[in-house]
Amino acid sequence: MHDEERIVIASENDIVTARRRGRELAAEGGFSGSDLTVIATAISELARNIVAYARAGEMTLRVIRRGDRSGLLVIARDEGPGIDDVSLVMQDGFSTGRSLGLGLPGAKRLMDEFEIASELGRGTTITMTKWS
Amino acid sequence: MTIPILKLDHTLIASLQSAVMDQELTQLLDELARRVGDIEATGVVLDITAVDVVDSFTLRTLIDIAGVTRLRGAETVIVGMPPDVAFSMIKLGLRLDGVATALDLEGGLALLADRSASGDRSGSEDADAR
Repeated sequence: MHDEERIVIASENDIVTARRRGRELAAEGGFSGSDLTVIATAISELARNIVAYARAGEMTLRVIRRGDRSGLLVIARDEGPGIDDVSLVMQDGFSTGRSLGLGLPGAKRLMDEFEIASELGRGTTITMTKWS
Repeated sequence: MTIPILKLDHTLIASLQSAVMDQELTQLLDELARRVGDIEATGVVLDITAVDVVDSFTLRTLIDIAGVTRLRGAETVIVGMPPDVAFSMIKLGLRLDGVATALDLEGGLALLADRSASGDRSGSEDADAR
């Protein structure tokens, strides 16, 4: 059983690959039912963000354990333009691209833990976790 | 891959596959807008039974399809929304306001038949109040 996977995100095909592998890993990690779709949806939004704003990046998906709970950790990393004002992009309805402006705050609502680290000109790393 | 469009009288029917690509969806939008005129369609049914995820881009395109076909004189009904997908969409903050939905293909076709029988070709407000 593979507990970690790294996926290069550079095209819309990679968005589909990432969310499909996320769903499979989550199922291996003990998630079931609607959680699988919730996780796949959050991964899809993050991967979409990378393609839209940074053009390329990578996602790490990992099954983690804490006590008797298991979780799925998702790290989305890019070396894109970075985010000037993180609090602004976390507001519903804010978008600089062709989207609904729900991607990041929406992904946060879908997951249990969500963190953004971003530096202008350096890139962005988003770490999020869902616990079973 | 393009998404096949079926014709049933004056209704166009398209079924989205599991991992539908952005480009396929955008193509479907163009193709439906054109085909609605070709056959003078009054209804479009989009079957999303098989889709794994509806994210913000997918939803944006579904809303665009409904909007464009409505301007061309055809009402769009989205059918077959899987429960898990509906649940995730709501948590994500996505809404399908103004676009008609039905449980399955049969329900979608019945809804379109009702509408054309009552001569109701109006827009989103009526769809909501239904």
